[in-house]
Amino acid sequence: MKLLILLVGVLGIIAIAQLTKVYELTRSMRKTREEEITPSDNKLQANLMLVWMFLFFIGVIFLYGRYGDYLPESASEHGVAVDNLMAINIWMITIVFFAVNFLLFYFSWKFQYKKERKARFFAHDNRLEMLWTLIPGVTMAFIIVYGLITWNNMTGPASADAIQIEVYSKQFGWIVRYPGDNKTFGSYTYNLIDPSTNPLGMVTRENIENKIEEIDAEIEKIEAAIEANHALPLWPESYLESQEEKVYRLQRQKQRILDLNETVNPTSGLSEWEAGADDKIVNTEMHIPVGKEVEFIFRSQDVIHSAYMPHFRSQMNTVPGVPTRFKMTPTITTEEMREKTGNDEFNYILLCNKVCGVSHYNMKINVIVESESDYMAWLEKQKTYVAPEATEETSSSNTDTVTETEAPAETTVVASN
Amino acid sequence: MGATAEHTNAHGHDNHGHAHHHEESFISKYIFSQDHKMISKQFLITAIFMGIVAVMLSIFFRLQLGWPGESFGILNFFLGDKWAPNGVLNGNAYLAMVTIHGTIMVFFVLTGGLSGTFANLLIPLQIGARDMASGFLNMLSYWFFLTSSVIMIASLFVEGGAASGGWTIYPPLSALPQAMPGSGMGMTLWLISMVLFVASSLLGGLNYIVTIVNLRTKGMKMTRLPLTMWALLVTAILGVLSFPVLVSAVVLLLMDRGFGTAFYLSDIFIEGQALDVTGGSPILYQHLFWFLGHPEVYIVLLPALGISSEIISTNSRKPIFGYKAMVGSILAIGFLSFIVWGHHMYVTGMNPFIGSVFVFTTLLIAIPSAVKAFNYLTTLWQGNIRFTPGMLFSIGLVSTFVTGGLTGIILADSALDVNVHDTYFVVAHFHIVMGMSAIFGMLGGVYHWFPKMFGRMMNTKLGYAHFWLTLISGYGVFFPMHFVGLAGSPRRYYSYSEFEFLDWVQDLNPVISTFAIIGACAQLLFLFNFFHSIWYGQVATQNPWGSNTLEWTTPIEAIHGNWPGAIPEVHRWAYDYSNPEHDVDFVPQNVPLKEGEHAH
Repeated sequence: MKLLILLVGVLGIIAIAQLTKVYELTRSMRKTREEEITPSDNKLQANLMLVWMFLFFIGVIFLYGRYGDYLPESASEHGVAVDNLMAINIWMITIVFFAVNFLLFYFSWKFQYKKERKARFFAHDNRLEMLWTLIPGVTMAFIIVYGLITWNNMTGPASADAIQIEVYSKQFGWIVRYPGDNKTFGSYTYNLIDPSTNPLGMVTRENIENKIEEIDAEIEKIEAAIEANHALPLWPESYLESQEEKVYRLQRQKQRILDLNETVNPTSGLSEWEAGADDKIVNTEMHIPVGKEVEFIFRSQDVIHSAYMPHFRSQMNTVPGVPTRFKMTPTITTEEMREKTGNDEFNYILLCNKVCGVSHYNMKINVIVESESDYMAWLEKQKTYVAPEATEETSSSNTDTVTETEAPAETTVVASN
Repeated sequence: MGATAEHTNAHGHDNHGHAHHHEESFISKYIFSQDHKMISKQFLITAIFMGIVAVMLSIFFRLQLGWPGESFGILNFFLGDKWAPNGVLNGNAYLAMVTIHGTIMVFFVLTGGLSGTFANLLIPLQIGARDMASGFLNMLSYWFFLTSSVIMIASLFVEGGAASGGWTIYPPLSALPQAMPGSGMGMTLWLISMVLFVASSLLGGLNYIVTIVNLRTKGMKMTRLPLTMWALLVTAILGVLSFPVLVSAVVLLLMDRGFGTAFYLSDIFIEGQALDVTGGSPILYQHLFWFLGHPEVYIVLLPALGISSEIISTNSRKPIFGYKAMVGSILAIGFLSFIVWGHHMYVTGMNPFIGSVFVFTTLLIAIPSAVKAFNYLTTLWQGNIRFTPGMLFSIGLVSTFVTGGLTGIILADSALDVNVHDTYFVVAHFHIVMGMSAIFGMLGGVYHWFPKMFGRMMNTKLGYAHFWLTLISGYGVFFPMHFVGLAGSPRRYYSYSEFEFLDWVQDLNPVISTFAIIGACAQLLFLFNFFHSIWYGQVATQNPWGSNTLEWTTPIEAIHGNWPGAIPEVHRWAYDYSNPEHDVDFVPQNVPLKEGEHAH
């Protein structure tokens, strides 16, 4: 195989060399020079301009015809406006594309070199310049105004009764959090994250105690090892340094946790450390109700990801340390879309659209749009963050939450991984 | 002005006398040369080598995208068992290929290669100067460029692989070695290479500006400068103002990576560890990066536009239409390019109002761009067109500039960008408007000025074949990508097999890859033609294209100091083609005005 590849390469170059030699021999026999383009060559190139133009245009029209319906109709309210804006833009640029490319290749053909003709000395014309400054200017003014109206409607503040959903990204998956009955998210800090028990870093007194305990235990363990190494130095210097650094880092993390303040949410009057008890954390799929405004709050654990939902014409980056927002109103349920597309398997999808590592191409979660009642029923079935039996106001409907008081650290967290 | 010109002349004579007195050694002539013409060849050949690497990388990842999971002996042959086990590119190697392809193409081929080659070759020749203002800085500029190229290539061979976060290397992905193997040593080398590259670019840029402003020959008023000079001048100014910002972005990133700072990092939990970083913002990097990154687009594009203006005018045998409007639009594009960077960041969570401002400024660029496009068309109109290979590439450039520029209108519109941001639509857009246009400008320039560089002609027939294959395969690769992107395909995906809703556009990917392979093979025609012609091409005449600019008044055999006698004085603009007041169809800039002739 390798040999074959090399052979083809070498033969190709030899072939070009031979062709060039033949060409150069004929040229020197005819005594022509490279820069003197012969009339027949010039005519051929001019004709090729036209041939190319037709092939190019046919190819483009074919692509428009076959792939022009780029996505199913928009499943969100603002997406309809976006699609209208897009349609106008595409029409406009398509017309200009054909017009300018036509003129370019047509002029190239039409004004090919003729011995008897002299080019027209036409150096400037202010009226023409004015014309093609004004026309794009006016067109752009229209596009800017129309575009910005659409943009402002999309990005304005969410209405007061919008459903808030937090979407959390990490290498390589999505976690969705619903605020629960009290409509308030519990607070979080990355210092409390534990991939298996507390993936979102929810702040509760219990989580704080557990984390501090865990950190203390780890510090103690490392310090003991360092102590042992002092007695009998076996570690290379660099390893010792890395261990000392680790202790320092853990101490800083502990201090950041101790610095946390319990705050009260001004709208709900709840403590943000307790407000999260009824939050619902899901990582299998995201459900949203049709016809209700949803405000997404995006967060990220490690690197920048981007939450892209092409069927809703929605996208927002998720940035570690900087929460971002995007609101939309879904208008078509998954069931309806399955009918419209004639595809029983159809699912809306949220995918990652900012390169984030090796599994970037496979970081997705399905989005289910359903009627509000179905949505409420589904939400009801999801486990709350802290099992209701352990909190004051126990709700009766949650039967599948298990609580064992003797091992709280492991069982109070029900987010599945 | 008069005083400056006299001074230049006097200085030039010294140089000229000096050149005659002693033969230069091999090293000072070919390696540590301070002659602008040699430096331009050094830039060109380095860029061609870098271009070969970048094209090969693109073929590697296009094989994976066209036929995902299929085994290709060639991948295993070049990349070995680690990166392409059983002939299938692995995911990390894929991202590294994509990243280094982009980096090399944008910086090393289209910035260093394009500006480095043509600014060095043309500035002294077209303004009538003996050499650059500082030959030494010019030499340093090349050697920084070469060093940075070597480091960039070397980064492909380190243990964890080359930088893999995309050519924009957004932190935290690029800042954290834990995030991906490519963010280890490969990324450090990338950053170091980029710092050296910027040093090269600044040394070159300052030199270009100073030379154009100060060393013009007598009579070469700014309003008589050929458009290539205007384009290269504005390009150099853009570079000098924006590249330092990239250095600061890169240095801060190096600090975050190695010195425990947190300019770009905040609240990160990775690999089971809560990192000791708070308060930074990853978005800060994007602001800094795109503050360079957008002018960079025009740093790449403007020289190509300048080159094509020159070639189209010469070969249409017509003055460029609307010289003043062309200069004005170059200046307008240059200015606007500094206040549009936010259009790369509509979906970063930036305040929507700021987004609106960037929509406005970005769409304004369409106006000077349209002026340029229509002026090109009017230049062709009623011309007498000779299709040299350089001319073909310039016409191709106008086509790609318009086709690619138009989709920019959609991307500039924040409401629309939300749905196509970071999809193949963007890939299609910038490859056509920036990639193809700039490459066409560069190739056209090489065909056009080859006789000036090497004293020989390139083969025309091979040039024709090269152009048509490149044009067809270029559009064949990038036009279908618009539709792949509109259907919702994100860029930088290793494979699209995981998404059912994208299945229906997957038949385009093998087509795109096939065109990419044809296009890459077509470049062999160019390579052969280029290197063969250096030694065996037909010996050139002094002014093969019948051109007006000063470089064609120098002798065929290049000499140090450019003109054997006095530097010619300039009496007219560069575009007196088919002037009805003259019998010949071109009147070089150094021909005095006839009695009663009206100067342009």
